[in-house]
Amino acid sequence: MKIVLKNIDLLNPYQKLNNKKNDLEIIDGIITKIGKNIKVDDDVKTFDLDGVIAAPGFFDMHVHLREPGREDKETIVSGCRSAARGGFTGIGCMPNTTPTIDSAEVISSIKQKASNELTSVFVIAAATKNREGELLSSMFELMENGSVAFSDDGVAIKSAAILKRVMEYSKMFDVPIIEHCEDNSMAGGGVNEGVISTQLGLKPAPSIAEYLIIMRDILMAEYTNSKVHIAHISTKRGVQMVRDAKKMGVKVTAEVAPHHFTLDETRLLTYDTNFKMNPPLRERKDVEEIIKGLQDGTIDCVASDHAPHTIEEKNLPFDQAPNGIIGLETEVGLTLNELYHKQILSLEQIIEKLSINPRLILNIPVPQIKKGEPANLTLLDINKSWIVNISEFFSKSINSPYAGTELKGNAIGVINNKKMFINNNFFNI
Amino acid sequence: MSLHIKHLIGLQNVPKEDIEIILKSTKKFKEHFQTSKEKLTDLSGKTIANIFFEDSTRTRTSFELAEKRLSADVLNFSSSSSSLSKGESFKDTVKNIEAMNIDMIVVRHSSAGIPFYLTKYSQSVIINAGDGAHEHPTQGLLDIYTIKEKLGRIKGLNICIVGDIAHSRVALSNLFGLKTLGANVSFCGPSTMIPRDIEKFGAKVYNNIDKAIRENDILNVLRIQLERDAGKNFPSIREYTNYFGITEQRIKNNNENILILHPGPINRGVELSPEVADGNNQVILDQVTNGVAVRMAVLSLLGKN
Repeated sequence: MKIVLKNIDLLNPYQKLNNKKNDLEIIDGIITKIGKNIKVDDDVKTFDLDGVIAAPGFFDMHVHLREPGREDKETIVSGCRSAARGGFTGIGCMPNTTPTIDSAEVISSIKQKASNELTSVFVIAAATKNREGELLSSMFELMENGSVAFSDDGVAIKSAAILKRVMEYSKMFDVPIIEHCEDNSMAGGGVNEGVISTQLGLKPAPSIAEYLIIMRDILMAEYTNSKVHIAHISTKRGVQMVRDAKKMGVKVTAEVAPHHFTLDETRLLTYDTNFKMNPPLRERKDVEEIIKGLQDGTIDCVASDHAPHTIEEKNLPFDQAPNGIIGLETEVGLTLNELYHKQILSLEQIIEKLSINPRLILNIPVPQIKKGEPANLTLLDINKSWIVNISEFFSKSINSPYAGTELKGNAIGVINNKKMFINNNFFNI
Repeated sequence: MSLHIKHLIGLQNVPKEDIEIILKSTKKFKEHFQTSKEKLTDLSGKTIANIFFEDSTRTRTSFELAEKRLSADVLNFSSSSSSLSKGESFKDTVKNIEAMNIDMIVVRHSSAGIPFYLTKYSQSVIINAGDGAHEHPTQGLLDIYTIKEKLGRIKGLNICIVGDIAHSRVALSNLFGLKTLGANVSFCGPSTMIPRDIEKFGAKVYNNIDKAIRENDILNVLRIQLERDAGKNFPSIREYTNYFGITEQRIKNNNENILILHPGPINRGVELSPEVADGNNQVILDQVTNGVAVRMAVLSLLGKN
């Protein structure tokens, strides 16, 4: 099948591409022509995308798909469609499922279930068996079956001794260990320790629990000369440590979730469990340092930490409700609204953080907008004003704190795997 | 006289005028029951549910007595007798109770935030009888009333709350209520039991009980949760008692006029020595008596709204 995208702006800093008002012809999912005023027959499906930007397909490297085990919260299919609607053509899924993603069987079952979806799923397998922090997972076998990185996400790797083994072993594949940086002996209840936790009377999550593991992991990566990726960084001190480590040449990268650069701990004052996440919302100074870290490149990418939960669970008393919010369908809007329109980052930098850097971290080829290449694109309308309406989400869950928020800019469509999503519809191309 | 607040969730956001109205009304109720056994009719025709998801004898009986003295119809509901043990959610349980036309709900729960959460979907007036380590506003009010009764004022007094501040709902209610009325509030205890950033609320922190006794007019001594804290938040009961326990000797050495409050139940020989627990400085049973009167005031004022 042939489609043509008319009058679209092409922007891919990875290939130093920045061409305004081009036409893009795609046949059977492959880019066949790029140019001005491509002639189109009447029977060819065309899209006039004047004012729209085509970027290399966005990639979210931190998603909890919940399948296998909690299909009532999200399935591989619903998660992929939520990702596509949010503007992502690729996602990395975390291993804290039931069973844990620590075997070839679970990986291939996930890959098979995702095989007909527009959004490609890349598996991040457990670093230790059953994420228990005792025994190494079978990394050779997991790599051979498609794992792109290793993580015990949900928790940090339990002990320094195991972390050392994990880093030494994983170095053979040149993949990063993705760490949820929280000292488990100080794990808290979804609210930052300080003025807010004190007045709410909730069990606090101290920021030092994050500092300690970030420091441990940076030192271990340096010592073993291997790669570590700091997931969902949330603290000022954490950002400073990553910045210093990068200067010293340690192979450390970092991501941040949109809620950690858009919200602070004061939102907890109503005990609304849609603001309960781990790491928790922190202080204003932390948000400010994160924004600095995004600007100076300390923080390499934005990732949602998409964490679906049922409404029944989120309606539990605050101290009993689970941590996490869904994020795939608000991530691009929040990033454009907060970082582009407030002149923190350029559009090129945003594309790096949402598309290029996560792939480079995971050794996944970056899509090119070039004749002969598969069409893997995110279509952006950076000036579109919209209001977050959770009832329209494709995710099975609705645990988002952003309902009713007005945002400027969003993805309006994606193309990948010979499929297109636009105007709220999927179709084959 | 009517209150600005519609519910009583915590003293943090209760305006000064409201606290003053409640204290005035408390005095009236206390005087009535010192001279008469006659029931009042302020809440006749109103139904109040006391929903206690956590064990409590004192607070529940105090509320129940207050309700009955105001002629309310009272429904008692505790988690052991409830369907919660059958797996019904908290929200469903409360909705079911409300469907029976309840006017007011008095709620205690081990999770902070539950009373606030109830105000969002319940039509009833909500009164917090203690939520987690958040607030216990009627306890705060009865402490304030007792202090005022004994010393004639609140403004300018120095009050130190002693013990496990981090896990206490009484501490925060005292802090917010007393500060609103112009008192100076401080805390004393081992540093492990003082929550982070408490000084940002304008409270001084002591780690020396002798100094705290010397520099304050009132001590409000909290119960030490022996089973939970010993060995974790402080090394041993013995060490706690030796360094933070209130004894006659300490009072004598530092401030013989100090007024001692305790929300009960007391661990005799731990936070208070037996002599102090029964001595002339303490007003513990006055607190209990005043508790009923304060709760009558709160119920009557909020029930009228």
